[in-house]
Amino acid sequence: MIGLPFVYAVAGVLFAIYAALGVLDRRWGNALLWGLVAISFLFGDRLGDLGNGVLVLGLVLIAGCGLIRRPQPRDDSETPRGNAIFLPVLIVPVVALAGTFAARWWPGWVDPKQATLVCLAIGVLIALAAALLWLRPRPATPFREGLRLMDSVGWAALLPQMLASLGAIFALSGVGTVVGGLIGGIIPNGSLIGATFAYGIGMALFTIVMGNAFAAFPVMMAAVGLPLLIHQHHGDPAIVCAIGMLSGFCGTLLTPMAANFNIVPAVLLELKDRNGVIRAQAPTALPLLLVNILLIWWLAFPR
Amino acid sequence: MLVLSGIAIIVLGFLLRFNPLIVVAASALVTGLAAGLHPLAILAAFGKAFNETRYVTIVWIVLPVIGLLERFGLQERARALVAGFGRATAGRLLIAYLLFRQLTAAIGLTSIAGPAHTVRPLVAPMAEALADRQAGGLDEAARERVKALAAATDNVGLFFGEDIFLAIGSILLMKGLLEQFGIDLQPFQLSVWAIPSAIAALLIHGFRLWRLDRRLAR
Repeated sequence: MIGLPFVYAVAGVLFAIYAALGVLDRRWGNALLWGLVAISFLFGDRLGDLGNGVLVLGLVLIAGCGLIRRPQPRDDSETPRGNAIFLPVLIVPVVALAGTFAARWWPGWVDPKQATLVCLAIGVLIALAAALLWLRPRPATPFREGLRLMDSVGWAALLPQMLASLGAIFALSGVGTVVGGLIGGIIPNGSLIGATFAYGIGMALFTIVMGNAFAAFPVMMAAVGLPLLIHQHHGDPAIVCAIGMLSGFCGTLLTPMAANFNIVPAVLLELKDRNGVIRAQAPTALPLLLVNILLIWWLAFPR
Repeated sequence: MLVLSGIAIIVLGFLLRFNPLIVVAASALVTGLAAGLHPLAILAAFGKAFNETRYVTIVWIVLPVIGLLERFGLQERARALVAGFGRATAGRLLIAYLLFRQLTAAIGLTSIAGPAHTVRPLVAPMAEALADRQAGGLDEAARERVKALAAATDNVGLFFGEDIFLAIGSILLMKGLLEQFGIDLQPFQLSVWAIPSAIAALLIHGFRLWRLDRRLAR
């Protein structure tokens, strides 16, 4: 059965190639960074918790000391091809799509929980093979070009994983309970609209801090949603939960803590303003948050 | 209360533009110390979580494919392709992409698009080329705004489509949490209530994209 270990092996080998190319170019900081990522993907399960912690410290030191160098701009390019150039790009989503359905219809060959990630990795391998056969570049070219993009992303590539890990420390330290208690304490007693606004805005604010609506949801449900909206005011739990989560998603659009959605695209698109994507999202997220809160107030309660 | 100092460090660190990896590490250390954890226990807990969340960093494996194709003119081709559509505009293109992203996410296909494999190579250069044609030349700031709006459209479409799908993580999280509180709900009952917000997202963001066209035409 194909599962995450296969995907991690593919990623590990790729980052190991990046590290090797970095050594060849004498870009030591970049080589060290991608080398550590390769070790994490290939041997992370054998390092132990403390070993992984030391590996993270290494990553933080390399990034924090400014040892990552930006890539050289590309000075040569190949003869452009026609519209067929789109086909290999489309292979990745098509394989991810077909594989996800195949996993449902013919179970057994792939870990059902990880079907999409596994099929995404398979799609990348097929697309790469197809592009190599068709374009016939030198074998190192895809990795050279991949490394150029990867170096331009730099340490930001690891920020989402670092923030997810920080969430685990927050949970371990009970940050959620404290924040939930604070928000629960400031709600005007007995006011339905007050409690609804506190719930919706609290979801968004807590998501902005944690970078993740999933982390905010249990806290806000326990602090406001369940005791006030559902028990005291007899709100429909399905509506309170579903639209409450979406109020949290409005917060996700507003925070640099949700790095994979907000910072990574800014880096990938080479925007000068690291918060440019958040700025583009705010005029959608704020009115949408208001609409969500009003939807809860309007739909969830018996009249 | 003291455990909240980690949040203060995050906010300050991001505002003062320190390297975010250092800010995150410092926040984890301070939060853990405030909760009375031993520094080595914090390091081990962080390492364990880092190892368990490696799937977050998987998206980057698509870069060799994108990089190779860009070397053979992928972005230029994307620009040229939309230039052939006479009535296409940046706003209309992004509205169509928003709808596509919402509908595909609503049937569970959240991973078929994304910043690395669709926005950078296809959607952003297409929107940029169309906006350029509409305005008769864009300055650097306007170019940045159009590109940022392309990435924003991808996020809005994903977030306000995916919860309509029954088996997405957030729906399962809600179901699990409600069960702990003694409330039993089927995923369908939750996912159907994501539809009003999805329509609101389409209207609000679609209106902004329509205004983008109006602004560019002036």
